[in-house]
Amino acid sequence: MRDFVAAQARKIPPSGIRKFFDMVQDMEDVISLGVGEPDFATPWNICEAAIYSIEQGSTSYTSNRGMSVLCQEITRYLDDRFSIRYSPETEIVVTSGVSEAFDVAIRTVVDPGDEVIVAEPSFVAYSPCVMLAGGTPVPVQCREEDGFRLNADALADAVTPKTKAVVINFPNNPTGGVMRTADYRAIADVIVDHDLLLISDEIYAELTYEGSHTSAVTVDALRERTITLNGFSKAYAMTGWRIGFLCAPKEICDAALKIHQYVMMCAPVMAQVAAIEALRRSSRERDAMVREYCIRRNMFVRGLNRIGLPCHMPNGAFYAFPSVAETGLSDLAFAERLLSEQGVAVVPGRVFGESAEGHLRCAYAVSRDNLRIALDRIETFLAGL
Amino acid sequence: MTMDDKDRLLLTILEDDSRTPIADLADMADLSEEEAAARIGILEEQGVIRKYRAVVDWEKAGEPEVAAIIDLKVNPERDFGYDKIAERIGRFSQVRSLRLISGVYDLQLLLVGRNIHEITSFVAEQIAPMDHIRETATILIMKTYKENGHTFFEREGGERLPISL
Repeated sequence: MRDFVAAQARKIPPSGIRKFFDMVQDMEDVISLGVGEPDFATPWNICEAAIYSIEQGSTSYTSNRGMSVLCQEITRYLDDRFSIRYSPETEIVVTSGVSEAFDVAIRTVVDPGDEVIVAEPSFVAYSPCVMLAGGTPVPVQCREEDGFRLNADALADAVTPKTKAVVINFPNNPTGGVMRTADYRAIADVIVDHDLLLISDEIYAELTYEGSHTSAVTVDALRERTITLNGFSKAYAMTGWRIGFLCAPKEICDAALKIHQYVMMCAPVMAQVAAIEALRRSSRERDAMVREYCIRRNMFVRGLNRIGLPCHMPNGAFYAFPSVAETGLSDLAFAERLLSEQGVAVVPGRVFGESAEGHLRCAYAVSRDNLRIALDRIETFLAGL
Repeated sequence: MTMDDKDRLLLTILEDDSRTPIADLADMADLSEEEAAARIGILEEQGVIRKYRAVVDWEKAGEPEVAAIIDLKVNPERDFGYDKIAERIGRFSQVRSLRLISGVYDLQLLLVGRNIHEITSFVAEQIAPMDHIRETATILIMKTYKENGHTFFEREGGERLPISL
């Protein structure tokens, strides 16, 4: 029999954490700092709205773009919170999470042979999606000395005649780094000079701790050449609902809508109803969760520094990103031994890109008590090295 | 009075656990211990922090309590409105909380006693005969499901994946 798996599907790498996943599954009493999602349940009013809509028989397809009320609520929210304006009629597509939004964005703009610059360390799905669209991902490293921001010179160095787009994610998974207006201005010059498109995944926007989130498109030059991705998973603890959105200028959005229409039809209606409730009446719950993440970040990062794992104070997301360089262990060896010897699961940085080697991603979206226990165990582990 | 994010972090932490050690408070608000203590001192002086108290389960302590909500219709007084009568009612130690409310009734209070008899006789003998009180409605509390933001029922949380990216 032939090998039916397509070359492209064979080529994309498997998840870099499969091994850890299997190890954790078989162990008892593990504290996992490896989870990239909120530990809170979705606020109840959001669940209730969805339950009620199901009871009312609201179980059919919606328009491909998404319910018009939701599109209006999202564009109003983006204006209120981040001062960015999109048309609810022509510049938005509601998707099944940012994962779908990213895939659609890439397929909307990437032709076979195109290069797409991916700012690393980054979420692991970006490069495989580029490859599945026939493009070539080109990593550019964000360095610790730059606060894990994308350096404009490094970006310029990676551009070739084949470069079509640049993918960024701030606040960043896994570093917690954020970009401010000046940083966006600097990369905007490169992007405009080389006539590139920016794909900005801002899913952690609400989880910004000092000051408020800066959206890429607040820099005027980027407005007409950016696809903004965001969603509800992190801010409203709605990961399992799979609901996000893509915003872009009309021409790009029209093309994205076609792809979304053929692959997804529409985002699940109950998740759309839940999202409307999230935007209308859940800012208090959202802000309370963000404040709790901030408390945990402070205690955990200070704790890491105190026990001898140097860690910068991340400005966003819910990840601490300590360096293990001084321990003499690689990030991979450190993570494996920490799990098997002390029962604390973290993710070795190398999974997220070359510049993340020597670091660990520790999600502090776990209870304060568990963070304290994790710190104690890491301290014991360090003492035994 | 100037409040910043650090102050609000301290308040959030103390509201949940007012006995959080100062070293932990400093960590959680990313402050030095001295600054955390100084800020808390100012918040106390300003009355932002009104009081530190324990949440006691008196039933477990062998002194079960009965509680009731009492709604009152009140004739307001010239120059004082509801304030004077409210102050008068608020002095009773049995009155756990007291609020001016909108709607059919004017004042609502939460009353606690050792048994139903204590509650009903308190309403009948102390509250109802007061000047300006036109009507009372006594609503006994039969079971508490949630108090001060804490639910008294356990719900099974969904299983999170042990690791996800």
